[in-house]
Amino acid sequence: MTEQLVTWLYAVASAATAGGTGPLEGGTGVAGEPVRVIEGTGGTGGAGEGLAAVVGSVPLKDFDDDAMHEHLQDLRWLERSARSHHQVIGEASRHGTVIPLRFGTLFHDDDGVLGMLADRKADLAAALERVAGRTEWGVKAFADPKAFLPDPSEEPAEGDGDKPGTAYLLRRRARRKEKETAHLRVTRQAEEIHAALSELAVESAEHPPQDAGLAAYEGWMILNNSYLVADDRTADFLARVSDLKRRLTGTSVELSGPWPPYSFTALPESEHEPGSPGSPGSPGSPGSEVR
Amino acid sequence: MTRAVEPREVALVDLLDRVLAGGVVITGEITLSIADLDLVRISLRALIASVRVEGSEDDDRPIT
Repeated sequence: MTEQLVTWLYAVASAATAGGTGPLEGGTGVAGEPVRVIEGTGGTGGAGEGLAAVVGSVPLKDFDDDAMHEHLQDLRWLERSARSHHQVIGEASRHGTVIPLRFGTLFHDDDGVLGMLADRKADLAAALERVAGRTEWGVKAFADPKAFLPDPSEEPAEGDGDKPGTAYLLRRRARRKEKETAHLRVTRQAEEIHAALSELAVESAEHPPQDAGLAAYEGWMILNNSYLVADDRTADFLARVSDLKRRLTGTSVELSGPWPPYSFTALPESEHEPGSPGSPGSPGSPGSEVR
Repeated sequence: MTRAVEPREVALVDLLDRVLAGGVVITGEITLSIADLDLVRISLRALIASVRVEGSEDDDRPIT
């Protein structure tokens, strides 16, 4: 019996862009499979025409429930697979605008993908248009608690020994107040950074703060955002990031990218999509906001 | 013109923010039981915690 193969969808692009994806030849995907481009020839009255999909055929048994249960215990599997998915999308984006698909979008076969291209053509074309000529950049900011909390060596001297209980309570109250003040100050700092950057961006999206264990950072992560920047403002945006890095004390700023527009390609909900399980309310990037 | 994405390695956490939580969500014909990023995060956290515990408590056994 031959292995059952299913179609993994990496990205959607215009047929014109995908037509030039020669270098994808030889590229491999999440299961080490060769990556292919299929064009929406529009089997149903030419509806899918003009769009193309970057796909690979992967063994179903690598991604069924049992396999996934095992994979999720294996950080190396997840890393390898996420990187492969990203690499294929990155390769494709060298040739023009692409819409990246969320990791793990699977169809029974190529026809399933082509049918989807036809069904969602208007939404996909609109998403492509929205990100054309624009690039996603990631910016994170970390606050050093030492810079925002008072120096513990400058603690006020112990009160008189008469009322140790009262002194303790006062000290606790003061400490809580200091924390609140510090929280307010880092929030303001984050808002200032965001304002400076979003001024130069078309759109921004918030990611949840990253787990300190996974991201291996110290201090407080006060910002973890993506910005969609028009390509002719890229230089200004990068200069603004450098300026923030130089100017801010007690807060470090980290840039990542350019990214394919992962955070800015959410599609409107269609009648074919009765809500996505991953993000209640809206499909696509949670916290995405149009500015 | 879209800028080429540099081949240099990106941080895994930044990648997961985008690859698992971003990207276009289209319900494929086959649902992967990875759909909820929070589950992935929780399982990663548990995984990291377990690696740490093994590393700190178990000197007899080689850490795998």
